[in-house]
Amino acid sequence: MFSSLKRRVDEVLLPGDEFSFEADDTISLTEPAKPEKAVCGPGLRRSGDRLVVCKSGVLRHKAPNVFWIDSQQRRYVPAKGESVIGIVTAKSGDVFKVDVGGSEQASLSYLAFEGATKRNRPNVQVGDLLFAQFIIANKDMEPELACIDSSGRANGMGVFGAGGLLFRVSLGLVRRLLAPQSEVRSDLETLFPCELVVGMNGRLWVKSSSIQQTLIIANLLQSCDTMTAQQRKQLFRKVQQGAL
Amino acid sequence: MTSSACDTASPRCSSMMEVCEASSVSLREFGCEQSLLSRPDGSSSFVQGDTSVMAGVYGPAEVKVSKEIYDRATLEVLVQPKVGLPSVRERSQEQCVRETCEASLLLSLHPRSALTLVLQVLHDDGSLLSCCLNAACMALMDAGLPMSCLFCGVTCAINTEGEIITDPTAAQEKESRALMTFAIDSTERRVMMSSTKGSFSVHELQQCIAVSQEASEKIFQFYRDSVKRRYSKTP
Repeated sequence: MFSSLKRRVDEVLLPGDEFSFEADDTISLTEPAKPEKAVCGPGLRRSGDRLVVCKSGVLRHKAPNVFWIDSQQRRYVPAKGESVIGIVTAKSGDVFKVDVGGSEQASLSYLAFEGATKRNRPNVQVGDLLFAQFIIANKDMEPELACIDSSGRANGMGVFGAGGLLFRVSLGLVRRLLAPQSEVRSDLETLFPCELVVGMNGRLWVKSSSIQQTLIIANLLQSCDTMTAQQRKQLFRKVQQGAL
Repeated sequence: MTSSACDTASPRCSSMMEVCEASSVSLREFGCEQSLLSRPDGSSSFVQGDTSVMAGVYGPAEVKVSKEIYDRATLEVLVQPKVGLPSVRERSQEQCVRETCEASLLLSLHPRSALTLVLQVLHDDGSLLSCCLNAACMALMDAGLPMSCLFCGVTCAINTEGEIITDPTAAQEKESRALMTFAIDSTERRVMMSSTKGSFSVHELQQCIAVSQEASEKIFQFYRDSVKRRYSKTP
């Protein structure tokens, strides 16, 4: 049933391309008749019994039935469960307003920190950076962040310490960095020890032992966007040999 | 760069640009480059012969309260002329482009947000509106905004002998008896928008639509090729 879709995996598709799912004419008697359903990720839309592409990009597939379009986008659209780096822009009553680079500022309750109570407020100032997770993100509501996971632990989230550098890269590079067995990440590991925080909204925060090394890593990552794997390896090797 | 049907090679067509050469339905040589600007969320530059337009898309971004629409995104189109301030002519072009984009974009997926499309005219040598439409479509695609279909613009001119010229130059436009621009969608090749000037018969209009639909095939194929090439570069 997915054959038409599977045939086009790893191909570039454009908005308006369609796939139709006609039910099979024959029903197998031996196998249980279970209707197969494709799970549509970003860039795919269901319209009746057809599947319509609404973003340009490469069709990707994950077994057994997940399909999505991998596109090079710069503007972030909040999605539930994603971890992002935000900048606190305002404190109003019991919520903080956080800029995450989306179309609307996200709100963050002061109780959504590890160990926070009504009496014991977290120390968050306007202008602080924080790493948080979306607990509400849909198109009709204001996005909401939290700095704790479902068990009430910080789990790496919260306000950033002093030092370090924040910069922006494309959303495509962020996804490449976060992928399991990421090549960019393993290349980076060969350079110097550093602390790297990756926000799904295209923001990266990096801190190394010296400002110079921090800047080198930031510049390298920013240039990774437009390089092929070969060019990147070459550049990283140069840096490793101390050419910069 | 090899030039075939066109006699005026565009100086903007550098090796960076992907160039499509004109053949049977004579369009001028056209080319495009995507994501060439760093600040906007999506950008493109489209060249048709000597006509050249640069487009930048911002959004979905925060919207002014006065312009907020509760169930869909607000689309704003700005056409900047090569010299001087935007006037009535630019306003009418803005409206044509905006209505076409609104029809193809799935604006209801980003309610209460703003989309801004800025079209900067770099040079006008005829068929400006169709070039604006093509640049707009490429920029919207580059920004990754959800669209139900693509669109392209084709301009036709009918000269005093009654011949139909597709993608006319400024000189051909001046000599023409009628001038029409159509926006055509990629799924069913239907007319999404038309803008006409001058006098023509119903038969001529239908002929022009048919010619535009034929020409649109070429532009859509070009869209596909250039997006494919763009994605082949990134690993």
